Amino acid sequence: MIQSSVSQSNAGMRKRSGILRAETINMSHGSGGKAMRDLIDDVFLGAFENVELDVLEDQARIDLSQLTSLGNRLALTTDSYVVDPIFFRGGDIGKLAVCGTVNDLAVGGAKPLYLTCSVIIEEGLSVSDLRRIVESMRVAAVEAGVQIVTGDTKVVERGACDKIFINTAGVGVISSSVNVSAAGAKPGDLVLINGFIGDHGAAIVGARKDLAIENEIDSDCAPLNDLIVAVLAVCPEIHCMRDATRGGIASVLNEFAISSKVLIKIKETAIPLRDEVRGMCEILGLDPLYLANEGKVVVVVPREHADAVLATMKNDKYGQESAIIGEVFAEPEETVILQTVFGGERIVDMLVGDQLPRIC
Amino acid sequence: MCLGIPGQIVEIVDASKKLAKVEISGVRRQVNIACIVSEDHPVESCIGDWVLVHVGFAMSRIDAEEARKTLELLIELGEAQKEIEEMSLSTKGVSQ
Amino acid sequence: MKYVDEFRDPVLAKKLVDEINKLVKEIDFAKQRPIQLMEFCGGHTHTIFRYGIEQLLPKSIELVHGPGCPVCVLPMGRVDDCVSLAERPEVIFATFGDAMRVPGSKKSLLQAKADGADVRMVYSPLDALELARKPENKEREVIFFALGFETTMPSTALTVLQAEEEGIENFSLFCNHITTAPTIKAILDSPSMQLDGFVAPGHVSMVVGEQPFHFIAEQYKKPIVITGFEPLDILQSIWLLIKQIAEKRSVVENQYARVVSSQGNLPGMEAMTKVFELREFFELRGLGSIDNSGVRITNDYARFDAERKFPVPNIKVADPKQCQCGDVLKGVIKPWQCQVFGTSCTPETPMGALMVSSEGACAAYYNFGNLPEMMSLKNIKEKEEAML
Repeated sequence: MIQSSVSQSNAGMRKRSGILRAETINMSHGSGGKAMRDLIDDVFLGAFENVELDVLEDQARIDLSQLTSLGNRLALTTDSYVVDPIFFRGGDIGKLAVCGTVNDLAVGGAKPLYLTCSVIIEEGLSVSDLRRIVESMRVAAVEAGVQIVTGDTKVVERGACDKIFINTAGVGVISSSVNVSAAGAKPGDLVLINGFIGDHGAAIVGARKDLAIENEIDSDCAPLNDLIVAVLAVCPEIHCMRDATRGGIASVLNEFAISSKVLIKIKETAIPLRDEVRGMCEILGLDPLYLANEGKVVVVVPREHADAVLATMKNDKYGQESAIIGEVFAEPEETVILQTVFGGERIVDMLVGDQLPRIC
Repeated sequence: MCLGIPGQIVEIVDASKKLAKVEISGVRRQVNIACIVSEDHPVESCIGDWVLVHVGFAMSRIDAEEARKTLELLIELGEAQKEIEEMSLSTKGVSQ
Repeated sequence: MKYVDEFRDPVLAKKLVDEINKLVKEIDFAKQRPIQLMEFCGGHTHTIFRYGIEQLLPKSIELVHGPGCPVCVLPMGRVDDCVSLAERPEVIFATFGDAMRVPGSKKSLLQAKADGADVRMVYSPLDALELARKPENKEREVIFFALGFETTMPSTALTVLQAEEEGIENFSLFCNHITTAPTIKAILDSPSMQLDGFVAPGHVSMVVGEQPFHFIAEQYKKPIVITGFEPLDILQSIWLLIKQIAEKRSVVENQYARVVSSQGNLPGMEAMTKVFELREFFELRGLGSIDNSGVRITNDYARFDAERKFPVPNIKVADPKQCQCGDVLKGVIKPWQCQVFGTSCTPETPMGALMVSSEGACAAYYNFGNLPEMMSLKNIKEKEEAML
């Protein structure tokens, strides 16, 4: 837990007094007046309680010496979250907004520290839904050890956005000894993943009422910074590391193969896949290699460290089903090949367009 | 339009509309069973059937015996040939 | 997964491959030219590529990918008709996902959706009927884009019969169902074809039985095996076909007996014959007009026929000149041999449905094949032709 580095001058603190009594959000909650103050005080500040936020300046002010004591590079990332439905098994848009940005920092070897939180709310969103989302963000931020220190709130007319859109930007620090990139894979390296693929994508598809597939698939949405810190400790020479989000593991593997100019060969029988996700994919004709994940990191490590990294990942709450799924070769360059369960091989390309359920 | 997937009927949802629930690897969906229902095999008797599911319809019942026969044929492949080879090797041995 | 995993067993696959290799040696003509087996059905094409089956086979067997992909043979004019229906403000146009990306002469259904048309993806025709039942859609017309060979005809027909039973009036079909046997016959009659056997569509047979395929063995003397969709099914069928060729037989065999009964599915066919009747001829993209290759809704069910309820442009649109979809669909050329493959025609910028459908041969080659190798082969071929 980072010690707060903002000077605590009493003169700068305004006592939070706003209380939101409305049941749904309307345009006045975004107009900059009292209604908006109530919304921010009651819903956001109440949840994200921290000294930086409570000062309520227009910007969060963070002491530089604290940052430079942790490393020599600042990591900065941003992501917008527009998922529909906003609530799904295993999480919601709020949890995604925190974990996604935390993971984007962590996979670069950064220690995630501070997040911003910008929301665009469609008028008519229920306040109880909003409180639920904000609470998810709070819980996720606590687990990840980050603080949400500044933000913005806008309300738009019905139809101008879909229920709620959230943008989080994240700041972290990379220690001088860490150097992770997509171009680092070398022939002989092994490829690992921390668990089941496609859970998030399947959970979202499974939440669609129109497809009417009854299931209990939970999104794998989770903060991976602790797992990654442990992995870097046991193997500082990680060659590649990226979280597999939209586009699935297929996209990440292609990114590695192209940047590193290598061949990555993965074994279908080695890839962890839940039975239910498989069933969902078989019914709809979806390929799990392209389904979204929100709690999966793909790492490429020198062969001699693979067992140690695997054991470390398996020790983490979010890595119990970790597995070695493939190997790096010299050529053909910029290619990803899958050894199918049947014994044949095929190429795994980047996703083109949106994966539409196949009927045939 | 050929994406059919095997699943097992676990529940009758609406007998008059011939709707049942099928389970496929832990997920479940409603399907229409009009194509597999007959006088000898009414709606209720479909529970437990393995069926081929396609675009929301159970199109055919999977014949377990035929499935077994198909696989057995493949398992035995090459074994008859092996036996013949072994027999011819052993007779060679005897005659020497 | 039961009835799935057993049919993906790599040990059994190896046995089959060994047997196939042995049998191929007994076929004389295989020394001069490859044995050409056509898999008609798009679902089979997909399995072949997904599991890398072609590489497991000896070089003397060549798999020719046929036109049995209903999305792939959708003429541009029919897509335009779909778009014009979808753009009517009172219409909710419900369709299978794959059909949404096929380019029309101006736009695809996906583009029409982005431009504001109410196009909805459904998994089943029953889902489209459910849309019609919803109180908020009472004043709208739900049109289901009914597409597919005989495999999907029973589902569409049964949905119409259900609509009739419930007295639902705001539901209709835009019927683009096509028939398998006349399409195979058109390929067999094509002068540029030299096929030695057929891997027959297992799910079409599941509906119509074995009888519609007898003419292939009896009149055209080609071996034909009704095949399942797991990789072991396809390998086994290839083995059975090679066996027939080696033994100089030509009969219809049923490899998919666990699902297909020789007489087909009677309730399904009963529903089909009530709701549908043959069209005298119908256009299939790349193959032209084929007699008896399509069905339309019978007069008794006219009130469920979107073509009778609404005006559609019904204009025959010629394929762009550079397209060679027809030759690829008939198996005359390989996808990468098409002059626009990989250049103007890619999955992001498709000129034809073969590049769009997840079962289309072009999409399969592009996505699963070795693209650099294919493009260099293509360049060599083009240079050779330029020199002639």
